[in-house]
Amino acid sequence: MLLPVYIGLLHRAEQALADSFRQVAAGHGGEPDVFETCHLLAGQCDAHTEALRPVVERYGEAEDQEPERLHAEALSETRSGPLGLLRDLQDLFVLASLVQITWTMVQQAGQALRDEELLAVVRRCTPENEVQLAWLRSRMKQAAPQALVVAA
Amino acid sequence: MPDRIADIWGRRTPYARDGAWPVRVDQKLAEGVQEADVDRWVQSACTLCSNGCACDIAVKDGRMVGVRGRAVDAVNHGRLGPKGLFGSWQGMQHGTRGSERLTQPLVRVDGELRETDWDTAMERIVRRSRQLLEEKGPLSHGFYTSGQLFLEEYYALGIIGKAGLGTPHMDGNTRLCTATAAAAMKENFGSDGQPGCYADIDSCDTMVLYGHNMAETQTVLWMRVLDRLAGPDRPRLICVDPRETEVARLAEVHLAVHPGTNLALMNGLIRELFVHGWVDEEFVAKRTIGVEQLRETVEPWTPEAVARVCGVAADDVRRAAELIGTAERMLSTVLQGFYQATHATAASCQVNNVHLLRNMLGRPGCGVLQMNGQPTAQNTRETGADGDLPGFRNWENPEHIAELAELWGVDVDRIPHWAPPTHAMQIFRYVEQGSIGFLWVAATNPAVSLPQAERVRRILAEPELFLVVQDLYLTETARFADVVLPAAGWGEKQGTFTNVDRTVHLSDKAVEPPGLARSDLDIFLDYARRMGFRRNDGRPLLEWSSPEDGFRAWQECSRGRLCDYTGLSYERLRGGSGIQWPCNEEHPDGTPRLYGDGVFSTSLSAAETYGHDLLTGATAGPEKYSALRVDGRAILKPAAYTPPHEEPSEDFPLRFTTGRTAYQFHTRTRTDRARQLHRAAPAAWVELSVTDAQRLGVREGDVVRVSSARGEIVVPARVGQVREGTVFAPFHYGYWEQGASGPDGRPTAANELTATEWDPVSKQPLFKFAAVRVEKVADGTGPAPAPTTTASRPADPAAAPATAGGADAEVEERLLPMPAGEGGL
Repeated sequence: MLLPVYIGLLHRAEQALADSFRQVAAGHGGEPDVFETCHLLAGQCDAHTEALRPVVERYGEAEDQEPERLHAEALSETRSGPLGLLRDLQDLFVLASLVQITWTMVQQAGQALRDEELLAVVRRCTPENEVQLAWLRSRMKQAAPQALVVAA
Repeated sequence: MPDRIADIWGRRTPYARDGAWPVRVDQKLAEGVQEADVDRWVQSACTLCSNGCACDIAVKDGRMVGVRGRAVDAVNHGRLGPKGLFGSWQGMQHGTRGSERLTQPLVRVDGELRETDWDTAMERIVRRSRQLLEEKGPLSHGFYTSGQLFLEEYYALGIIGKAGLGTPHMDGNTRLCTATAAAAMKENFGSDGQPGCYADIDSCDTMVLYGHNMAETQTVLWMRVLDRLAGPDRPRLICVDPRETEVARLAEVHLAVHPGTNLALMNGLIRELFVHGWVDEEFVAKRTIGVEQLRETVEPWTPEAVARVCGVAADDVRRAAELIGTAERMLSTVLQGFYQATHATAASCQVNNVHLLRNMLGRPGCGVLQMNGQPTAQNTRETGADGDLPGFRNWENPEHIAELAELWGVDVDRIPHWAPPTHAMQIFRYVEQGSIGFLWVAATNPAVSLPQAERVRRILAEPELFLVVQDLYLTETARFADVVLPAAGWGEKQGTFTNVDRTVHLSDKAVEPPGLARSDLDIFLDYARRMGFRRNDGRPLLEWSSPEDGFRAWQECSRGRLCDYTGLSYERLRGGSGIQWPCNEEHPDGTPRLYGDGVFSTSLSAAETYGHDLLTGATAGPEKYSALRVDGRAILKPAAYTPPHEEPSEDFPLRFTTGRTAYQFHTRTRTDRARQLHRAAPAAWVELSVTDAQRLGVREGDVVRVSSARGEIVVPARVGQVREGTVFAPFHYGYWEQGASGPDGRPTAANELTATEWDPVSKQPLFKFAAVRVEKVADGTGPAPAPTTTASRPADPAAAPATAGGADAEVEERLLPMPAGEGGL
């Protein structure tokens, strides 16, 4: 069974997302809403990692033999200025989307396995992931015209 | 005659439940002026709080010489509060108490503001505006307006911004006072629009005041409550406030929660409603969605859990919930203690949820008043001069945008609707970053009223910024301007405005403005004309020649919307009482209450918003909203509690909060120019609890330094009745009397301490919470200059002489029989 590969992917991706939210918060303290919300959402990702723990203990985490083509790692640093903010939020959006689709795959396997415990974790965590994506999209849509049309 | 500085609320006129509130006409005339001397009385309504008390302005020899309440009006039944009695007309006068009005336009030449004529000032504005439009486009322009102008002026400004320039960067200082009221009503009921009305005070058996020091912020509304409390079947009163306010003193239950914990309390109260079955299950099943999620969210909030987080007794939480749960007719009011605090929208939505769970809306005595902070804030929201679109339209609904485009005769694409209109704090951020280069501030004083004052002053002083300030006075903000435009104010121009309970009043022109001052409407129309804004058919965008033209244009914009004004006219508003919208063919005499039929403004075509996540402010969007099939039902909106972002620390161990005193309004530009009000609350202070004061070695009147991570104030201390661990300062006290834009040695503005942070949904800044430390810097020379008649009274009554106004503050109060057709609504 290769579900442990996806459990591992998910576990690492949530951790990377938590780290990245904190990174963006630290880099964009001049935008108080970004700062506060990113910290809040990082806390949610921590809680998701924690919620996954019993699942990780049961299935374990496995590495597959496939080479990594798309490197989904935590952001190592942030940019600055209006365009930099947009790019950083966009990176978060890509990472959060990766988390989202990985949850979906884990959910599919959970349904095939009739694993109620796993499915309960999915039900608990995925709505927050959806809100994270919705917030990132709302904030970026607000920022884009100013950043791309007027800002120097 | 009563001294209405010493006795803020005047003589009691008790009445029973469902009775008519007796009429008492309050009148104040200038020293030496008798009633027989008055040349004429001119109809208006007071603009020194959000209550909207109807009044007549006394005019003699072309000057305003006094004021009296209008007996026929449903809002105040003749009464006025101290600010209205003393401040309304005296605050407008030119040349009293060394306080000159602006009488000529000013332009900056070689770093100095110099007097000039209107052509020069306006041409300078238009030149810069055109230049920036060419270089950077409309997103280079921002507008920051007020809750003090008239409906017609806001609507003109809204059209200029959205259809003339095409910028989304327009907001009002209503963002600071009332944005959360609108946001919460939109989330639960689908649209802005107050469900209840003031007459609900007459009929309720239970009143809950959430973060609302009504006794000081809306003194006349509080008189109505006092008269019910003095009557035979007094309503039960619950108060949520960290201070021992007048409201708290009369309440059966006072929940003095820690600042920042409102949402935890609300979740606990709602949990009790579920646990004890105090829920109208049938109404909830038929007319709402979301009850299961709400039940799950509040589940952890036992009275003990609430007690732990909020610092109140678990039994008080139980008792309050029981009063709410067993009320037959309940009125709730909400104000800045919720709106300017952590989880502003989420906590205010829970008040709406309580009323939905108990099916207590739309009947006499059953209402919510999500209050406003300012007299015309409602109109800023209705007309789209703040972060809303005119007529409660939805920026995510293409049909709504098409309606506006047709009304204004412009292309749909001209109107920015790719995202919500930009909120004030973001506008100032864009100025800080240099992408907004043109900022027009009208009738507001952000240098004192926005959080983190030092930062705001820095932004206003940005050399690249072209700043236009339009005001009555040379405020702290005006001192930063490139062009200062002298405006005509209350009593000097004509227009309408709408109060908290949707009552529309007409305010006629009583006197000529001083010098060259012009009405805000004339100024906006002049700008539009000079800029050459046109409709697609080539006609001017704004063809109005009078305020009444503007009112008629607005009526068309409001047609068919919840805030329908089509049944009103200047003529109908003259002579009688103000009238509550919606007023149209269906409701020719106006509408006291909304949602009595259980049909809310939540259908896809009616909704002003498709909803937000309360925790982050993420928008849901039309697809998700459509999938909910809300279809006219209300939305029970839950929110889980998270702790405030800034908790007390070792360096800053106390919790700081800000607010108003009964005697001053905003940054005192009008109220402090009335000597009665000035003497009652002449200078800044800070309030400490007895325990904290003892620990810090501070006695009444000692000068203390209050510091936060942002800045400090140095003011005398009142050892008062604020709860232990909390420090309170009034936010009125800036620097204009010293002829300065900021502090010189001894800072006094409460916003030196506050943080730049806002609610994720309403974007209202969080003034009510900052971590601070307090140190004594000098012995006092007398008691702190804080009134003793209000929540700022000293803990030891002997510590300060009682606040009084003497003969100068005497006011005539006449009890009159009820006019025919009034009362018993």
